[in-house]
Amino acid sequence: MISISVQEKDFDTGEEYRQLQSGNTNIGGVAIFTGQVRDLSDNPLKFMRLEHYPGMTEKSLQQTAEQAAERWPVVDIRIIHRIGDLAPGEQIVFVGVSSAHRDAAFAACEFIMDILKTTAPFWKKEQYVNGDSDWVDAKDVDQQRAERWQGGD
Amino acid sequence: MKVLFFGSLREQLGTGELNTDLPDDVDTVGQLLANLQSQGEEWKLALGSGNVLFAVNQDMVDETMSISDSDEVALFPPVTGG
Repeated sequence: MISISVQEKDFDTGEEYRQLQSGNTNIGGVAIFTGQVRDLSDNPLKFMRLEHYPGMTEKSLQQTAEQAAERWPVVDIRIIHRIGDLAPGEQIVFVGVSSAHRDAAFAACEFIMDILKTTAPFWKKEQYVNGDSDWVDAKDVDQQRAERWQGGD
Repeated sequence: MKVLFFGSLREQLGTGELNTDLPDDVDTVGQLLANLQSQGEEWKLALGSGNVLFAVNQDMVDETMSISDSDEVALFPPVTGG
């Protein structure tokens, strides 16, 4: 089963894990990735503003999860992506995949993150303590990571 | 037709949504981009970077995608979620 949420509020990774793990004796494991706001810049970050394209965002994430489910024998996929103003250290994204075997869970989780990074319509803007702000540029390395999956597993 | 702008494009253009008739000589989303670029200096500046992505009816497409007056078209910079 695929479950997608785009929301302002924080998520509880432990609770999301329990949802994926419990009640399924046909799974052998759960792979989880969580992403959070980092502050690596010389200019101290006050918060990150996440904008998205309502409607397309959910559709895009659903399609990415469906592609993963076609490609690997997974049981459940859960994707949560936050929007709005997020301070350094706050969680942004959760991807959890349960499967009978770890190779499918690891691969599907990584695939979803790599494809999400280059196709899901989110845009980040860094708002600095000094009042300045900058849109975050897309990175070539993210495009390269997404393209890795085109050839096969 | 409805044309939406997001991220830095929305900010540069000062608008997130444009309701307009599909120009007669525009058949594809790439041609729509060229048409919008010709609307003035600030449009040319914002949309002329060569780094604009397209969605039609909330699916990512390339510049050759045909569009009609009933479509929802979106133009935006490369995405930066995750």
